[in-house]
Amino acid sequence: MKKGLTKWFTGMMIGTLLLTTAGCGGGSAPAANSVSEGAGTAKIGVVAYLSGGGAAYGQSQKEGLDLAKDEINALGKVKIELVYEDSRGNNTEAINAVNKLINKDNVVALIGPTLSGEMFASGPIANQSEVPIMGTSTTAEGITDIGEFVFRNALPESSAVPQAVKMAVEKYNLKKVAIMYSSNNDWAVSGYKTMAQALKDNGVEVLATETFADKDTDFSAQLTKISSLKPDAVMVSSLYQEAALVLKKAREIGITVPFVGTNGFNSPELIKIAGQAADGAIVASPWYPGKESEKITKFVTDYKAKYNKVPDQFAAQSYDALYIYASALEKAGSSTDRAKLRDSLATIKDFQGVTGKFAFDEKRNPLMDATVLIVKDGQFTELK
Amino acid sequence: MFWQQLVNGLTLGSTYSLVALGYTLIMGVLNIINMAHGEVFMFGAFVGLFLVNYLKVNIFVAMAGAMVASALLGILLEMLALRPLRRRAVSDLAPLISTIGVSIFLENLALKIFGPQSQAFPAGALSGVQLQLGPIRITLVQIVILGISFGLMFVLRFWLSKTRVGKAIRTTAESIETANLLGINTNKIILLTVALASALGGIAGVLVGLSINAVEPTMGLSMGLKGLAVLILGGMGNITGAMLGGLILGIAEVFTVAYGASSYRDAVAFGIIILILFIRPQGLFGKRQGGRF
Repeated sequence: MKKGLTKWFTGMMIGTLLLTTAGCGGGSAPAANSVSEGAGTAKIGVVAYLSGGGAAYGQSQKEGLDLAKDEINALGKVKIELVYEDSRGNNTEAINAVNKLINKDNVVALIGPTLSGEMFASGPIANQSEVPIMGTSTTAEGITDIGEFVFRNALPESSAVPQAVKMAVEKYNLKKVAIMYSSNNDWAVSGYKTMAQALKDNGVEVLATETFADKDTDFSAQLTKISSLKPDAVMVSSLYQEAALVLKKAREIGITVPFVGTNGFNSPELIKIAGQAADGAIVASPWYPGKESEKITKFVTDYKAKYNKVPDQFAAQSYDALYIYASALEKAGSSTDRAKLRDSLATIKDFQGVTGKFAFDEKRNPLMDATVLIVKDGQFTELK
Repeated sequence: MFWQQLVNGLTLGSTYSLVALGYTLIMGVLNIINMAHGEVFMFGAFVGLFLVNYLKVNIFVAMAGAMVASALLGILLEMLALRPLRRRAVSDLAPLISTIGVSIFLENLALKIFGPQSQAFPAGALSGVQLQLGPIRITLVQIVILGISFGLMFVLRFWLSKTRVGKAIRTTAESIETANLLGINTNKIILLTVALASALGGIAGVLVGLSINAVEPTMGLSMGLKGLAVLILGGMGNITGAMLGGLILGIAEVFTVAYGASSYRDAVAFGIIILILFIRPQGLFGKRQGGRF
């Protein structure tokens, strides 16, 4: 009996091994191949945070990309196929995803990953393999310093946050503020540093700096402490999930001052979770669905028709990113040449997207303007 | 500020205690750590949310509903992931690994069903009501959490020590073989214990969901880890230990933020746990051997 079991077990192990190696060795799986053999379809790999705590970001990005892909393919100038990989917000997973997309799926270019930390981990791999990679939500400092092949159309915090801080300081005559940020998130820490610098530049005193961690749910201790210091405003650098809970708790314990946030504030989810508590939240955003423009109205209508919700910044920037790739592909005249695509991407300027006029600067960062928004009665409105 | 922070610490701690109670019950009887407890807790929160949001029931009815649903989930867990392993003589670690499997399954199932977005209880479901007692501002949710946690602890203690079923559970905890010889249907008792522990997890889910007002599929993980820490701090399988351990952890965390630096929150809290375990390796209330509960 025992021997029989062992044999059976060994059999199973060999079977599994065969199965897994077959899976790996499959190189370009036949199914995927037959689709991409079509007349010059460009295969673009997408690494996004599609499951786990920040899956809402990745979901928005996927929706924006899918919408853009359908429109671009309908126009017919270039054909694009998207291959999605889930990074789960995890640096190792992002590295695996980038490796797989480059070596197995043979993509011509990459979009993503969602988080700046993931980009710092996986960007160097794309750069070494000489595959263009464009972040649509990677706003931390130093992203494009990774290398020549790394681009982003995400407005860096260093450009957006000071605009929000300056506007809030002028508008509300801020003298002393408190800061809160998520200390285990690369991007939030970078946002915090930019914030602190902007406050210093504007001569605002910082009363207290409190930290928390991503996925924290209890902020009562930090906020009780901040409440006793009576600041004119609170600055928060975190993803929307934590930001919304911070706002909620703050309003609950009677902190009524404005909250200035980094990019994490910039999502309808913030309002959905925090409800009324979100009123008075200030953020600078390249994306504002209320802007008067034919292009934006059309995008919002189409997006609403397809997904039954208003696109957020993540959807809008991903939508633009795919159009940027499409025009670069068109100029490059090849759907497989990675180096040509990179060079043509670097020359993109005067691109008109839903997030406004767009160009890459010499460091492959976006040149674009932000609008400072404030939440009023559960709606993002322009702070004037 | 001191009293306010103390209240903050007590409420945070009592949610830890509630979660740890479920761990402790299963630890005490089966001598395993149920790694899926955090996810049962998350499911309870979602069931409560569903009942309040879609069936518009009273929040206390929703808590009861969440308890029933979680208990059923616990029964499934026992029958599919624990019992088959008990029948064969497998390694002690096997149930641990199988519950990790269940936890991953449940988390991803919740992601599929409920989506990744965090959802909130509607305004008016207990949340929002505040009382001002001198220098302390306390919400109704905090009072309910404190009340239910302590209430459940006393009921549980009484039930285990005085009732027939409670005695059967304690006998089973002592030794499954002996309990079998004494004519106790141990399978039934174990099923009951897992269901009870899961029901506690379910109500904890609703209460925590109410207090932070955000329910999402990954909420079980961090809470589960805190619950585990409390389980060890209080002494494996000890109910009073779980209760006090939770409060100690909660207060330690809050006071680190209030009078120290918020970055050191977990470092100090877990540092205290290590220190206590140096002095009492068996945990605050754990006995060196045998005789749980």
